[in-house]
Amino acid sequence: MSEKNAVQANILLGLGLALMIAALYLVFIYVPTEESMGDVQRIFYFHVAMAWVAFLAFFVVFVCSILYLWKRVIKWDIIARSSAELGIVFTTLVLITGPIWAKAVWGAWWTWDARLTATLVLWLTYVAYLLVRSYATEEFRGARFAAVLGIVGFIDVPIVFLAVNLWRTQHPTRLVFEGGLTSPMLLTLLVSVAAFTFLYILLVIQSISLRNMETVVRQLKDAQANPGKEQLWTI
Amino acid sequence: MKELFTRIFAIFWKDILSELRTKEIATSVLVFALLVVVIFNFAFEAGADTTGLVAPGILWVAFTFAGVLGLNHTFASEKENSCLEGLMLCPVERHVIYWGKLVGSFTFMLVVEAIITPIFLALFNLPIFMPRLALIIVLTTLGFASVGTLFSALAANTKARDIMLPILFLPIVVPIIIAAVEATGLVMDDKSWGEMSTWLQVLIAFDVIFLVASAFVFEFVVEE
Repeated sequence: MSEKNAVQANILLGLGLALMIAALYLVFIYVPTEESMGDVQRIFYFHVAMAWVAFLAFFVVFVCSILYLWKRVIKWDIIARSSAELGIVFTTLVLITGPIWAKAVWGAWWTWDARLTATLVLWLTYVAYLLVRSYATEEFRGARFAAVLGIVGFIDVPIVFLAVNLWRTQHPTRLVFEGGLTSPMLLTLLVSVAAFTFLYILLVIQSISLRNMETVVRQLKDAQANPGKEQLWTI
Repeated sequence: MKELFTRIFAIFWKDILSELRTKEIATSVLVFALLVVVIFNFAFEAGADTTGLVAPGILWVAFTFAGVLGLNHTFASEKENSCLEGLMLCPVERHVIYWGKLVGSFTFMLVVEAIITPIFLALFNLPIFMPRLALIIVLTTLGFASVGTLFSALAANTKARDIMLPILFLPIVVPIIIAAVEATGLVMDDKSWGEMSTWLQVLIAFDVIFLVASAFVFEFVVEE
């Protein structure tokens, strides 16, 4: 990472940290306790924010996969891969916080409700995305296969949602948009979403620089093994 | 246009001929699908009172698993003796290979399903002649084949090809499995066309989207 990038990353880190502290304050101290659900409802602010970040991450995977197949620049593959890993982490957290909340409110850890089912299917799709890389015979082939899955998997998302929605639903879908939230709640949610989006961006940057370092190390090793062949595939 | 079909047919016919000579896939997939039906019958203790509840599920689990088994062969068989390289050397566009392979797997799956379905319906004491079920089967199988052909080519080029296909294939086909099971349930209950039209729309939408998308990305999977 260059000097300029490092400064930018530090600024982002500072902003992200400030936002995260603000979000924590808002969620645990500022925002009033929800009437019927009680304190457990505070999970909502993290749950929704992480779900948003997960979708953002998978959307980034989709766009970068298209760009990778089109331009064949390794940069896009590195971003897509980092984003997919983070998407899975956030989806996993959504799938963990969801049941904790649901157990308290619905009385069940899990229901085969539309959103839950769709999120689980999404999680499985992107786990396959990472698996296909590790099972590919060469790295470039793995990148190409993953890009194909990154595109096909994302195209599948709306159809999965349509199908499971027709199948069954009991999720509070339009709560946010129909004024079911008071303004302190909405503010808390928005700050939380912003904080998690920052966290995602920071982690993507970290993950990319880690991957760059891995590549450099591997190529130094390669160069030692067969001198004369020089290539650098970093951003 | 006519030339395109000739080319697609040539690839399709190659698969049919090799299958007719070896009878490898059809027989094994057929027996496997039948076994799934029998095993699930015990797993769910399907009796006269529960038929409506479990029968559509059993049918589609059998077809999905059998489909994965058959689709695995689509490109795995090409990997033997490096036939895939030969196929890639054909003087045709890559999407023609996709269409040829797709028609091949679609046909194999339909043949297996055409034999299994009446047996299944008889085993569960359901009416044997159900034209609407046939329509659902054709639409769903087309969706399976469109995604499956793409992922079969992908999985064949990985280290763990047998396990890779189901891991890739199953999450993607979840929407059509839901649609197929629901629509089949409605047909078995003898509901009207109107009630199942939503599910048919899901099936058709999935087929169209994935036929186009898969044909488009296929060339990235097979390029060397």
